[in-house]
Amino acid sequence: MTEEEEIFKILEQVLDPEVPVLTIADLGVLRSVNVSQDEVEVVITPTYTGCPAMDMIEVNIKAVLQENGYQNAIVTRVLAPAWTTDWISEEGRKKLLQYGIAPPQRRGLSSSQGENEIPCPQCTSKNTEMISHFGSTACKALYKCHDCKEPFDYFKCL
Amino acid sequence: MELKIKYLLQIADNAMIIGHRLSEWCGHGPILEQDIAMTNIALDHLGLARNLYQYCARLEGGGKTEDDYPYKRDVRKWRNLLLCEQDNGDFGKTITRQFLYDTFNLQFLTALQDSHDEHLAAIAAKSLKETTYHLQYSGDWMIRLGDGTEESHDRIQKSVNDLWMYADESFLESEADRWALNEKIGVDLNALKLPTQNNRTEILKEATLQIPESGWTQQGGKEGKHSEQLGYILSDLQFLQRAYPNSVW
Ligand SMILES: [Zn+2]
Repeated sequence: MTEEEEIFKILEQVLDPEVPVLTIADLGVLRSVNVSQDEVEVVITPTYTGCPAMDMIEVNIKAVLQENGYQNAIVTRVLAPAWTTDWISEEGRKKLLQYGIAPPQRRGLSSSQGENEIPCPQCTSKNTEMISHFGSTACKALYKCHDCKEPFDYFKCL
Repeated sequence: MELKIKYLLQIADNAMIIGHRLSEWCGHGPILEQDIAMTNIALDHLGLARNLYQYCARLEGGGKTEDDYPYKRDVRKWRNLLLCEQDNGDFGKTITRQFLYDTFNLQFLTALQDSHDEHLAAIAAKSLKETTYHLQYSGDWMIRLGDGTEESHDRIQKSVNDLWMYADESFLESEADRWALNEKIGVDLNALKLPTQNNRTEILKEATLQIPESGWTQQGGKEGKHSEQLGYILSDLQFLQRAYPNSVW
């Protein structure tokens, strides 16, 4: 394993503060690690433009690296290519579902108009309806299930 | 450089001011879901403003930070559209303001993705994805209120009539707009007019709302000439820096 790969592994412990079952690697926020003589550069990309979790993620990255002996870490944010929900890993999608959040539809599959027939994470019924485009955080929409009657969060496509 | 900063500030100030207006709904929304929706959208706008202010600070150098732009400029230095600063009014007026802005912003950011300034293009591409959701939200509510009860119809029709004179300021070119277009950094505003207006017409029709006759367009925002509304916003937004200059967290 190269040093970059080792650091990548270490950084996989950093969790998303708003969905704390996902690591930043699961989310696709962690893009790359570059090691030079006296410095480690970690490249991340924001999920949403105004996502307040990014500042915390940056602090957590530096803390984890420090614990592992890397004193001089810098975190660089890149905007292009823009993050998409398609970068959430298969593992990440499974974790979301277990956590009770419906994972995003694949962008190719969902029509631009609406995200319909989102399977309920509790009972898998597709007899669901959107209550609001905007849920408890910028990345989620609020749905309800007509079969089990439970409301749920849907991680919306971007 | 000066014109580039002016151009970036036009875009950033729109996002900052309309985002601030939306954030005023925090804790006051008509129902919880709408309170959350409006503050979520506010956050997207503030995120865009921050990206652009950070870029300005980097270009200008000399120890400037992203906070200098929102906190340390007086009214005449702001370059946002007059539409963005108009007060929230009732929920329907806020929705109408957002709808008029979102229809323009969707076309604007789509075109800005092709900017020859790569960083600006990346910022636009990022925000465009969110803007699609914004317009879905404001457009759906235009239809729901317009094609709703007699009262909701009449009230939102009044908002459309009242705000219409601010709807098209976005298409009037400033010196910075012309410079940016020439440098292939900016967007051809004339080309956005027709698709924006078609989009508005389509949704207003579905909402059973009358489209006001196009008449006088209020202008001046891009040149720093604002309505009294901006003063109220700044006295709130800049209170801390005015009362305790250079204080930090
Ligand atoms: Zn269910």
